[in-house]
Amino acid sequence: MSHAPFREGFDLLVENIPYMKSIGARYAGRSDDGIKLCLPYREDLIGDPATGVIAGGAVTALLDHACGMAVWDELNEYKPIATMDLRIDYMRPAQPQRDLFILAKCYKLTRSVGFVRGFAYDDSLSDPVAAAQAAFIISHPCLKNREAHA
Amino acid sequence: MIADLMISGPEDLFRRVPFAQFLNLRMEMAGNELTTVMPFAPHLIGNPLLPALHGGTIGAFLELTATAQLSVFETFEQIPKPVNVSVQYLRSGKPIDTYARARINRVGRTIANVEAWAWQELREQPIATLQAHFLIG
Repeated sequence: MSHAPFREGFDLLVENIPYMKSIGARYAGRSDDGIKLCLPYREDLIGDPATGVIAGGAVTALLDHACGMAVWDELNEYKPIATMDLRIDYMRPAQPQRDLFILAKCYKLTRSVGFVRGFAYDDSLSDPVAAAQAAFIISHPCLKNREAHA
Repeated sequence: MIADLMISGPEDLFRRVPFAQFLNLRMEMAGNELTTVMPFAPHLIGNPLLPALHGGTIGAFLELTATAQLSVFETFEQIPKPVNVSVQYLRSGKPIDTYARARINRVGRTIANVEAWAWQELREQPIATLQAHFLIG
């Protein structure tokens, strides 16, 4: 599990993506718990002007992106992937003026599908803002390696 | 932040939600039928190689379309809050304008069930669909 070169470019998978850049998302590292992203609070991302709470849609994008990266983290190599299905439960509003964090982990990889669980939180992971369950299709442009992932 | 909190109709919703402004969402009303538009913009790209729209922009667009559809018939003191949303991605989003419509399946006392679908060139070929529950009132 120590293929550093592939993962060294993970920050670019956030910073070089136009939509991630436009909402101000940042890569916050990886661990055995998964991929971590950070979304600093910004007023143009507000979904409810009455409360200043960030839009569910902004959280959606971040969860989608982190979940996709978690598949790459588990694959440990680059393959084209596409979100097939994304379900998000919003448990409570994110606190205004606070950074939002995402932690996503691919807990099962088959040859063609990656299954991922992700959480959005501000203070603590034990009190999440939202939870995501996602499935990604993994494309195989050529069938040269990774036969092990049956 | 804003004193008058009553949301009166979908136009008002899109005008007052900063994130809808960020996505530059538009709408067309034909009678009581609402069609929303997410005009293409370079910052919506999620895969620069294809290129394709970021799945998150499509999810956000569908969610806001569902919210707008709720505000066509109901006036809310608070913007309906999503409890859960489920998005199925059917085709990759091309770097062009995206359209969406929503249908309300049920509005109960506390929860509304809405579905929405987005398309680009052909309405018969949706690029994504959404089912959502919203907390209302």
